[in-house]
Amino acid sequence: MELKNAMLELLRRASTDLAPDVEKAIRQAYDNEDEGTSAKNVFGTIVENIELAREASTPLCQDTGSIICYVDFPVGESEKKYREALEWAAMEATKLQYLRPNAVDPITGKNTGNNIGINAPYMHFHQWDKPEVRVRVMLKGGGSENVGTQYRLPDAALKAGRDLKGVRKVIIDAVHKAQGYGCAPGIIGVGIGGDRVTSYALSKEQFFRTLGERSENPELAKLEEGLIEDLNKLKIGPMGFGGKTTVLGVNIGLQHRHPATYYVAISYTCWAYRRKTMIIKGSEVSYD
Amino acid sequence: MIKLQTPISEETARSLKVGDEVLLTGTIVTARDAAHKLMVEERPDFIREHLNGSVIYHCGPVVRKGTDGSYSFVAAGPTTSSREEPYQADVIEEYKVRAVIGKGGMGPKTADGLKKTGAVYLHAVGGAGSLIAKKVTKVDTVYKLEEFGTPEAFWVIQVEDFPCVVTMDSHGGSLHKDIMEMSAGIAKELMDK
Repeated sequence: MELKNAMLELLRRASTDLAPDVEKAIRQAYDNEDEGTSAKNVFGTIVENIELAREASTPLCQDTGSIICYVDFPVGESEKKYREALEWAAMEATKLQYLRPNAVDPITGKNTGNNIGINAPYMHFHQWDKPEVRVRVMLKGGGSENVGTQYRLPDAALKAGRDLKGVRKVIIDAVHKAQGYGCAPGIIGVGIGGDRVTSYALSKEQFFRTLGERSENPELAKLEEGLIEDLNKLKIGPMGFGGKTTVLGVNIGLQHRHPATYYVAISYTCWAYRRKTMIIKGSEVSYD
Repeated sequence: MIKLQTPISEETARSLKVGDEVLLTGTIVTARDAAHKLMVEERPDFIREHLNGSVIYHCGPVVRKGTDGSYSFVAAGPTTSSREEPYQADVIEEYKVRAVIGKGGMGPKTADGLKKTGAVYLHAVGGAGSLIAKKVTKVDTVYKLEEFGTPEAFWVIQVEDFPCVVTMDSHGGSLHKDIMEMSAGIAKELMDK
């Protein structure tokens, strides 16, 4: 096993091969829409595209996103090794058109052309006590990133207080404001508590959860379930054309907050919800 | 299903209504943020002949360069159109553009521009990158590739049966506005629950 080639394969799969839980949810949404509606046609096109991308090994979406990578590794391993392997893989994946060059200098407007730049790809490292290495990658689209938002409770305009009822209100508000802009149906990641930075980070990490898997916290699990039902009543539908499915999932995480603050960060990902996990055990590599 | 072929006349553009499903064939031009800023600030002539009676596609494609130097599209779905809201109406008028393809719809300034010049907004399926790339049969030429990079360059391409839905027309109709208003009422009810 060569680490850099394994990383390249991880990126290829992430970009071209939609995860089974997401595909299943999309097929259910297709079945659920009425014949002859724009919503049904959109889901039909989406399903066709999923199959084509996998078969041809081409990107599901031309916006192959920002590369966000989480590495969990055993004691004594070097972070540098993983960083170098991922950077090589990102450059190679760009050459092979698995990825679009997406790293732009904010001053000059110049695209680096290879997805490598300052904090690009962005990597999170975490040491753990297991013997294996886990590399999780998310390709986060820019259009859906733009509809993400953060609330500071209490929010007077929404009459949202510092409790789960307030959290529910701001999530409804965010999804309503997102309309179809983030390529609905979306998956909503929510981070409650923490500071400005960590609430967003927690909201993004929710995207690694399997769709349909509820929070271990019973109150959050109940909130998630209720929100999936309520948000779909908004009838924004796929692409904002109107329809029965506006969200495919709502995943909420929480962390302790400072007494003076109460942040709710909401991240939105498009239906082209690209994430893959790679486990390295000795010389064996598996992908999920 | 309505078959639409570029160049599109003003009369044809004005005959289209919100909800119409179209299959577009002909030459179109990709343009997004950097391109729109340039078109409004400098009104360049190099793109004029390609845009007259033609279509702007909000798209930042993934492109393959062949060994012979020719280009082909690998993934090419629409990008969010609202970023071009400050520019779009002026671009449509200046270059006599008859349709804009994107996703998410656009605002009141563009709606007025569509009315004034006689043009429509066509919605493609966001995220359908591989599928739409199959509808791109040829890359004719590219402008500003070096300066803007692959996603932002002007790609002049030929498409065949590119599926879109009219979501804003030249009569003031906008599906996006309708859905926004409809869902606002529901959101309020849900919040009060």
